[in-house]
Amino acid sequence: MTSGGWLIMFISVGTVCLLFSWCMWKVLSTPGETEHMHSFSADEKTPDTKPPFKQR
Amino acid sequence: MKCAPKVSSTTKEHWNSRLGVILAVAGSAVGLGNFLRFPGLVAEYGGGAFMIAYFFSFLLIGLPICWAEWTMGRHGGLKGFNSSPGIFNAIWRHPAAKYLGIIGVIVPVVIYMYYVYIEAWCLGYSVNFLLGNMDFETVKQSGAFFDNFVGKNADGAAIGSFSLQHVGIYLLIAFIVNFLLIFRGISGGIEFFCKYAVPTLVVLAVVVLIRVLTLGAPVPSEPNENVNNGLGFLWNPTKNYVVETDVVTGDISKREIVDKNLIAEFMAKANQEIDGVTYHIEKVGVVEQLTNPQLWLAAAGQIFFSLSVGFGVIITYSSYLRKKDDIVLSGLAATSANEFCEVALGGLITIPSAVAFIGVAGLSGSLGGFALGFNVLPMVFSEMPGSTLFGFLWFFLLFLAAMTSSISMLQPGIAFLEETMNIDRKRSVAILGLVTVIGCGFVVYFSKDIKALDTLDFWVGTFLLFVLATIEIIIFGWVLGIEKGFKEAHQGAAIRIPKFFKPVMKFVCPIFLITVFVFWVLEKFFGIKPGHAEAELSGYVTDLFGDTPNTAARLSVLLVIALFIFFGIIVSSVQRYRDVHTNWKEDS
Repeated sequence: MTSGGWLIMFISVGTVCLLFSWCMWKVLSTPGETEHMHSFSADEKTPDTKPPFKQR
Repeated sequence: MKCAPKVSSTTKEHWNSRLGVILAVAGSAVGLGNFLRFPGLVAEYGGGAFMIAYFFSFLLIGLPICWAEWTMGRHGGLKGFNSSPGIFNAIWRHPAAKYLGIIGVIVPVVIYMYYVYIEAWCLGYSVNFLLGNMDFETVKQSGAFFDNFVGKNADGAAIGSFSLQHVGIYLLIAFIVNFLLIFRGISGGIEFFCKYAVPTLVVLAVVVLIRVLTLGAPVPSEPNENVNNGLGFLWNPTKNYVVETDVVTGDISKREIVDKNLIAEFMAKANQEIDGVTYHIEKVGVVEQLTNPQLWLAAAGQIFFSLSVGFGVIITYSSYLRKKDDIVLSGLAATSANEFCEVALGGLITIPSAVAFIGVAGLSGSLGGFALGFNVLPMVFSEMPGSTLFGFLWFFLLFLAAMTSSISMLQPGIAFLEETMNIDRKRSVAILGLVTVIGCGFVVYFSKDIKALDTLDFWVGTFLLFVLATIEIIIFGWVLGIEKGFKEAHQGAAIRIPKFFKPVMKFVCPIFLITVFVFWVLEKFFGIKPGHAEAELSGYVTDLFGDTPNTAARLSVLLVIALFIFFGIIVSSVQRYRDVHTNWKEDS
């Protein structure tokens, strides 16, 4: 492989690794995010129980 | 007085954790294309130039459509809809919206019908490696095994045999596992499976990657065939071709070479006549490669198919989120996970290992998915030290990648049936099971030259995918509106979408997408390639309308049309969809 090839490989692989690592870090370090994803529990009123239209 | 709409039980389903939904969407995106298609394209078009076009396409098509799908899905979910027809209908005040949304159900359901077949190949190959049945010395031998395994030689050849060296038993297992998981629901099935399967496949890929990168030059008699040259074939910015001209006949042949000693050898021979043949080296740099429209088409297509945008899956998955759940970071995280698997893992395994055993010349004409994946690589892994283990690990990781994608293809169909027929999950799973068994049986029966699979992949897995993605980005940018769309996306967002994406999503993305689509149609329908004078109708068109039409191809298209009609009848009778428009009129 030529030096240009190594450079392109490191830039490409490095970019996606950095992006993925940053996203994972951000997801795992944002406080409260995991908790508030526990959305609709079985007995909770869900959005669908409030129809998107007025009832007459 | 109108009755309150009946509410199906599906809307009480939910994702259990944010990481879970990210892994589920990433699992949906990570599939065979990451490990088989992407490396082939990079090698074909040249690493440097291809990656430039690839990252451009990622920014201009991939991310915008991805965020649009997440936003529209959650928006529709908050109005009580989980399927594309319902979501489109809730956003666009037009009776046609719900019918266009049917594409978002057809695409994943039909793709599932043939994807689970390919998934079964991966499972079958992994088991056969483990049992020591895969010992090939040539690509021809492994190709023959493949033809026999999938019943490629005659229609119906894949049906009826449940031996371990035929696809039947593996198809049955894959089908049952998929439906068991989907029956367990969003959280208990899809999320549970992806939480384990996605990290596992990454670990397996890393193990196989380490094995491949430490292969060196495994064939002592062929020192030029080594991993370093494999990486060069993939990533070198300048492509070198040796052009041989027969002095007597004037015949010209051209092939790519990577090894620097070989290049030097041919450079020394340049413009001399040796045994009636003259040689010269042709160098094609990055700038020249970038002027090739085919490269842009390939890069955009890869981004598009790889991220599962325009698939109808993300829009359904995100409809199970709540108003304050983040979607911007989650969308980016799932996308980045897919890119990581594609570029950092898939991009380093397949081609280098193949070049190490059969060389650049041996790979010629085999850079496409099935040829590379099921003819070349089985032979490569069977020749590798530790072949039983690494062959098994490789095909098992492909099976996991396919599995995380295939279960995601079932959820839009489940959501659609639950929403439109107001039935519970058990019944919707039963109906979808019946529909997909018929469809999959059709694909497996017409196994000669895997014609049904190929036809469905072209018309549904490619053509309709483009159509759906174009509709989605237009609905997001022009019907929902960019300002409202961004406001929706930023509800509960952990990060913000940069402002420059506003014009990108409203103008650049649709134009770019339509341009790519037009070029794709010109090439794939009419055989018109930029820079090529000759053109003829493609096989996909002549199979349907040519002088000697292909029965399997015609029936495949009829199957899709029948599904459209079936789903269309269902959609037209849904009161909830009509009520949305009635109340809009009353509100206004």
